[in-house]
Amino acid sequence: MFICVHLWFFARAMIRFDHVSKRYPGRQEALSDLSMDLPDGEMAFLTGHSGAGKSTLLKLIARIERATRGTLLVGNVNLSTLPRRRVPWLRRQMGIVFQDHHLLYDRTVFDNVALPLVIAGYRSGELGRRVHAALDKVGLLDKEKQMPITLSGGEQQRVGIARAVVHRPRLLLADEPTGNLDPALSREIMDLFVQFNRVGVTVLVATHDIALTEAFGLPVLSIEGGALSRDDFHGRAHGA
Amino acid sequence: MARNARRSARRVPDRKQAPKGNKAPRQRARGRQLGRPSAWVQEHARAALGSLGRMWRNPVANGMTAAVIAIALALPASLWMLLQNVERATAGWDAGARISVYLEPGLDSSAVERASNEIAARESVRVLERISPDEALEEFRSLAGFEDALSALDGNPLPAVVVIEPAADTPRSASALESLAKTLDDIAGVDRVQVDLEWVERLYALLDLIERGVGLFAVLLAAGVLLIVGNTIRLDILNRRQEIEVTKLIGASDAFIRRPFLYGGLWFGLFGALAAWLLLAVTGMLLAGPTARLASAYGSGFRLSGLDGAESLGLLGAGLALGLLGSWLAVGRHLRAIEPG
Repeated sequence: MFICVHLWFFARAMIRFDHVSKRYPGRQEALSDLSMDLPDGEMAFLTGHSGAGKSTLLKLIARIERATRGTLLVGNVNLSTLPRRRVPWLRRQMGIVFQDHHLLYDRTVFDNVALPLVIAGYRSGELGRRVHAALDKVGLLDKEKQMPITLSGGEQQRVGIARAVVHRPRLLLADEPTGNLDPALSREIMDLFVQFNRVGVTVLVATHDIALTEAFGLPVLSIEGGALSRDDFHGRAHGA
Repeated sequence: MARNARRSARRVPDRKQAPKGNKAPRQRARGRQLGRPSAWVQEHARAALGSLGRMWRNPVANGMTAAVIAIALALPASLWMLLQNVERATAGWDAGARISVYLEPGLDSSAVERASNEIAARESVRVLERISPDEALEEFRSLAGFEDALSALDGNPLPAVVVIEPAADTPRSASALESLAKTLDDIAGVDRVQVDLEWVERLYALLDLIERGVGLFAVLLAAGVLLIVGNTIRLDILNRRQEIEVTKLIGASDAFIRRPFLYGGLWFGLFGALAAWLLLAVTGMLLAGPTARLASAYGSGFRLSGLDGAESLGLLGAGLALGLLGSWLAVGRHLRAIEPG
């Protein structure tokens, strides 16, 4: 109990890695002894060459993978002791954007975006309003009845983002959200993330596109050989 | 856009904070989400209708699966129906259990009177008929072909007979009848007691055997239904692997993911049972006419009866239970194996 109170008062971090290591069986450590904080309400980029462990780090946060050693807190929930049956609850507290969208191609755009609300048990009226608000935010309100396959790559990614934010999570994770997009579209997508951050959502975006991160002046966490370094220099330009 | 952003901004501080430690509340405050009971109903309705719609979109394959289930259910059900009808047709045959008590030949009429009175005095029997030797001879004479044989005899070789049946409250099992026969045999003047029930006993033993056989057959076919439903649901799960992974990533609970598949099994069971019921009803209608003709040829008013209300419900329940159980087995085995990675 003391520890809980302690964390509540002093650790206003949305994500806290405390000497976390991750090793896949039969391979060398993907992440070794990694410690970092991402404060509540902050937006940061996570960079590193491919295979450096960006995806692994995000997977740890979403509890898709479990840390081999160390403590990982997300919103003050200790993931290493979180029972399996509580994992869905954890994932409902966050929104995740994937590089390959992970949309359901046999359902309309509306149904794709509505999925988190259906899972959370919203009634249909409120569900419709929220889906429309999310689609409006990503500029796809007129495509709600289309199938995802008829949309361009950038539009599909925006559907994925609408789905990630429709239930208004406090934490938004994005894994290479601009991986397959041209620079102009990438910029648009990143602008969307910045907008969500301005209304209080903590955002962590993994990307290998260094040039793109420099344009925003946000904190950059870079992974190199399984270790993490934080560059707050960009942070000074971030006014929001 | 701006208005949406403002609204969101206002909401952020209101939102319930993440739980401290791992003592997370089971369910966070749901805002405009539904209360528990109606949320439960809505979630189940969504899952049930969703899986029904999914079946509807693929009518040929799912129709064939339901048809296989229907046949597997209809086979034991029709045998059972047949058995019920045979049992009904033969009911009361053992109630007509008659025992012929032959008195010693050559007894004088007063001895016959004494013996038959003593038999009638027993509480466990009811006398149906007393046949004197003369009456028996008359009866034989009336049967074609016996006339000459009987006239060749000097006297009347036939004994007096007392035909009885067990009293209403006397057990009619083979052993009970046998011991009854034994007590009658001890009466003075009684020569032989003949229980004429063996063929009925044999018929009932045969029916018992068939009933056991139908039971075993039903168990085998029920296992078949389980395998059919289980395999169909397994294929469905494998086909929707990507969807399951995505919904798990978005935070769907195991129960949420399981639900549409369980309803799928339930629908298969329901449609299979309904089709089986229809098959039986049609079979019953096709056989009703010939059965009635056969029965009236034997001077019986017997009519073929189909499944009654309780039996129909039983068939429906069996279908639903097997469908649910089959999908439960498949879901338990295969859903857990699918984890996003």
